[in-house]
Amino acid sequence: MTLPEGVERREFDGVTGLATRGAPVSDEATADGWRHWDPHRSKLGAMLDRGMDTGLDGSEAVLYLGAAAGTTVSHVADVAGPVYAVEFAPRPMRDLLSVATDRDRLFPLLADARKPATYAHVVEPVDVVIQDVATRGQGRVAVENRQFLADDGRLLLAVKARSEDVTRAPEAVFDAVLADLEDAYEVLATERLDPLHDDHLAVVARPT
Amino acid sequence: MDDGWFVGPAGDDPAEAAARIREGRADAPADWPRLAVEAGFADSTADYYDQLHEASVAAARAGVHERERADDQQLKHAVRAMDDCIRTRTELAERLAEWGGSVEDDAGTGVEYARRLADREPDDPVEAQLTGLAARVVALDDQAESLRGFIERATPEVAPNLAALAGPVLAARLVSLAGGLDSMAKLPSGTVQVLGAEDALFAHLQGGAPSPKHGIIYTHEYVRGTAREDRGSAARALAGKLTIAARIDHYSGDLRPELEAELTDRIDRIREREDA
Repeated sequence: MTLPEGVERREFDGVTGLATRGAPVSDEATADGWRHWDPHRSKLGAMLDRGMDTGLDGSEAVLYLGAAAGTTVSHVADVAGPVYAVEFAPRPMRDLLSVATDRDRLFPLLADARKPATYAHVVEPVDVVIQDVATRGQGRVAVENRQFLADDGRLLLAVKARSEDVTRAPEAVFDAVLADLEDAYEVLATERLDPLHDDHLAVVARPT
Repeated sequence: MDDGWFVGPAGDDPAEAAARIREGRADAPADWPRLAVEAGFADSTADYYDQLHEASVAAARAGVHERERADDQQLKHAVRAMDDCIRTRTELAERLAEWGGSVEDDAGTGVEYARRLADREPDDPVEAQLTGLAARVVALDDQAESLRGFIERATPEVAPNLAALAGPVLAARLVSLAGGLDSMAKLPSGTVQVLGAEDALFAHLQGGAPSPKHGIIYTHEYVRGTAREDRGSAARALAGKLTIAARIDHYSGDLRPELEAELTDRIDRIREREDA
């Protein structure tokens, strides 16, 4: 499988890992202007590292739901076109703002991913929706944000079982989320991200 | 409304644009970059993105400030409610112990006794009143615990450095006494040192009484656990770092672990004096 344009495997302190080129963020490893994309800290990084076919080739317009402090978003913004980064919690948004200050095509939006109408007046139709939200109803969030995705676009989703229901078996939670997705998507691939990310399922889907 | 964020009366005002990003809505996305260029808002797609970047960063920053300001007020209410619950619980538990002691020999005291009583099936009208009162004590105790849990989760979000240095509950008390995180960030360290000791401070200012060495920060291990003659120094050192922590939390918000290390160092040196 091919990595998106702008993502390469580079060596950091003797260890080879994914990397992008851009302004450094916090305390990550860097070498020759390349920033290590740590798969332990990024679910999308783990998906690419495992060789999942994400359909990413670089330069796409991206809507990122659940941007958090911007660790993954920063790498996406290094390689992609315009990136709209939605995050609801003020605290991680502060970190995301410092990431956005160094990236002029990264647009932070303090908004709730469950309420697309509150950012649809800013976000243009995109080629990729990346979703990593730690709330209940992760499948429904993806369905409600289908409207932003071009018909030949891709949904890259990291489902966190514990956010849906800590008491149910992760497999049962994943099945329920995948069933919700069927309203608007065709699932192309799934993969568990354990042990890098416990009880997480990575999903690649395309809109129907 | 189906307009893009760039549609508005004062097109060139960055504050207006940020406000429209925060408050605007649309039923569906559209090709906003193209529409903005067509509407004359931007000269080119690149110009549009530059303007959107500036406006979206400003909007997110303003939103963060507003939300966090609101959160520190929630903290203030929570810590005051927790203290009310504890005070009322203690008062009722004393009444219960006194009353209970008059009707049974093995009556206990405090919340423990209330918990025991509350589970009991009352046999007569007096016992019915006792178990009823006991149930109130238990409920107040549970509510106080629940509020404490809320404070312990919420404070590190609102004031990460202050919570790391003072512990979440003391941090919330300081924010509450100061009237909010923004007010606390503007206080001099000497005032933070005596927050909660207002009575003693005014007695001192009106003459006679000695100046208070510490207020609520007395509950911190670094003050309470230091020998009496060095407590003033420990309180001053702690208050100094807490003041810096509150300012970082209010104005920047990133966690600075080195603050904690510096404070531990300073307290260790103060405590060495007593061993010497």
